[in-house]
Amino acid sequence: MTQTPATRPGIRHRRRRRPSVGRFVFLGLFMFFVLAPIYWMFVTSIKPSDDYLAIPPVWFPAEPTTVHYTAALFAYRGLQGIVNSLVVSLAATVLSVAVGTAMAYSLARFNTGGKHLSFWVLSQRFLPPIAVVLPIFLIYRSVGLHDTRLGLIIAYTVFTLPVSVWMMLAYFRSMPRSMEDAALVDGCTQWQAFWQVAVPLAAPGIVAAAVFAFIACWTEFFFALVLTSRTAFTLPTVFRAFLGFQGAQYGEASALAIVSLAPSIALGVLAQRHLVRGLTLGAVRG
Amino acid sequence: MADVKISGLHKRFGPFKAVQGIDLEIADGEFTVLVGPSGCGKSTLLRTIAGLEGISEGTIEIGGEVVNDMRPRDRDVAMVFQDYALYPHLTVERNIGFGLRARKMPADEIGRRVGRVAGMLGITPLLGRYPRQLSGGQRQRVAIGRAIVREPQIFLFDEPLSNLDAQLRDEMRGEIKRLHQDIATTMIYVTHDQIEAMTLADRIVLMRDGRIEQMGSPAELFERPVSRFVAGFLGSPRMSFLPGSVTRVDGKAGILVDGREVSLPLPAGRIPDATEAGTRVLLGLRPEHVVRARDEGAATGSARIDATIELLQPTGSRTFATFRLGDAQAMAELQAHDVGSAGETIRLEINLNRASVFDARTERAL
Repeated sequence: MTQTPATRPGIRHRRRRRPSVGRFVFLGLFMFFVLAPIYWMFVTSIKPSDDYLAIPPVWFPAEPTTVHYTAALFAYRGLQGIVNSLVVSLAATVLSVAVGTAMAYSLARFNTGGKHLSFWVLSQRFLPPIAVVLPIFLIYRSVGLHDTRLGLIIAYTVFTLPVSVWMMLAYFRSMPRSMEDAALVDGCTQWQAFWQVAVPLAAPGIVAAAVFAFIACWTEFFFALVLTSRTAFTLPTVFRAFLGFQGAQYGEASALAIVSLAPSIALGVLAQRHLVRGLTLGAVRG
Repeated sequence: MADVKISGLHKRFGPFKAVQGIDLEIADGEFTVLVGPSGCGKSTLLRTIAGLEGISEGTIEIGGEVVNDMRPRDRDVAMVFQDYALYPHLTVERNIGFGLRARKMPADEIGRRVGRVAGMLGITPLLGRYPRQLSGGQRQRVAIGRAIVREPQIFLFDEPLSNLDAQLRDEMRGEIKRLHQDIATTMIYVTHDQIEAMTLADRIVLMRDGRIEQMGSPAELFERPVSRFVAGFLGSPRMSFLPGSVTRVDGKAGILVDGREVSLPLPAGRIPDATEAGTRVLLGLRPEHVVRARDEGAATGSARIDATIELLQPTGSRTFATFRLGDAQAMAELQAHDVGSAGETIRLEINLNRASVFDARTERAL
């Protein structure tokens, strides 16, 4: 009799726990899948050159070294590449999302350009980049934008704009109109209704669009390769230098990759917080 | 405080005609309810008054001024929306004060006004909360507060109660009525709920397919509907429509309901003298037009019949009894103890003074 209350919670406890074991196994495998390459990148970046391709593999070097970091950041000018990439990506993201949001709002709320303008915007992405990069290169050279951050910012803004517009368009279309209507009746101008009501409500969408635009700019290689050379070159183009005719600089490549992870992780954490906040913000109807 | 005058108003969305030729004058301080089935154009009409929709043809005047091309903010109207449309990123206090801030009112004046309105609506403890932390009824109070704090010339309500549960809806309906008594501002209220229309309105405007079917006081529409549509829309349970034809015996008009042998005599003047015998009609009877016959003789204009009760629907205070009259069914409103169970035959008294008669073909009242 006295045992019953003691065993009961135990059973319930076990029952509740059982599925979470499977969950942890699954999550563990997934984490391994995601983190193992990063770990390998990290150990490669601190390995002496002889250990790169050693058999059996060196899981952790006996004598870690930072020589690859200094080489990648300074000799190969990786630091300059990171700074350029950050400046260009952030500027292009802000521009693309700002213009894209305003444009999407106009398309969503005022049916600007009828049925076809919004699709025309997206159709810009149908053109393969290689088809436009040479004309852009020639134009840039003649107006002095070649190998400048500004030139790359303009190119990236235009390049990411269609996706920003479409993401925001979908967001605005899914947003009830009545709050903006309420703002207009309450005494706002159209501009105030956009700025004080629509934009704050669309914040999660704006953050999502910004993340996509940033990723596209941060990883873009082809335009950067053609449109820059010794000054405005970006991070992805630096990696090109590690692949030489006489073998690959695995250590330097890994070191630079590890360093360049930092901004991505920072952005991810920041964006996630905003996205979660946005989700609860939307849950006001009903 | 202002009157509203709408003349020849049309609103088209592409090929779709949402509003087709509305003429309507709303007096200063009047409570007008626009009612009708969904898609009848009532919300569109309201939105054109607010300035949220442009108009295709016609004019709208507010306080004697044509506002066709005026921005919503300049029309000095306030609107309460069906989904409340509170700003989710602002606290209740800032929601209510939003319009005042947009109009650059000094902060201390805003604080004073918001405080007064919150007190009036009993939402002072909620001022620091966000809309997502409120119940449906509280949200609607905040939405109403946001409208009245502006002290506008006209209030517009777009189905404000349809997202609330039944009990709350009754309560808020009372509050809106009281609000109108207190501030006596012109109010235009859209609903598809005929009970809201009947209880709130000084005047009902019943719409159908973008046109006004009938307008007048609630009693007028209820007692003298111009068409079968109006008669069927107002009242619950609905009016029963019994097909039949006009009879003339010694110059006295009556209606022979299909499937019966004896016609029901109509009071003199109930239908135009020009209506010929044999004209196909629909006799419209509301439940309250049919009661259990008492011992004293039939009142003038009433007819007595014996009927078998087929179905009983007690509501507590009243019992609705379905009975057969000729080939069709009608409903009687009985006292709770008038009849024990379905299947009983009792004597009913039909008040034909209040009954409606419609032309069967045009469905317009005779």
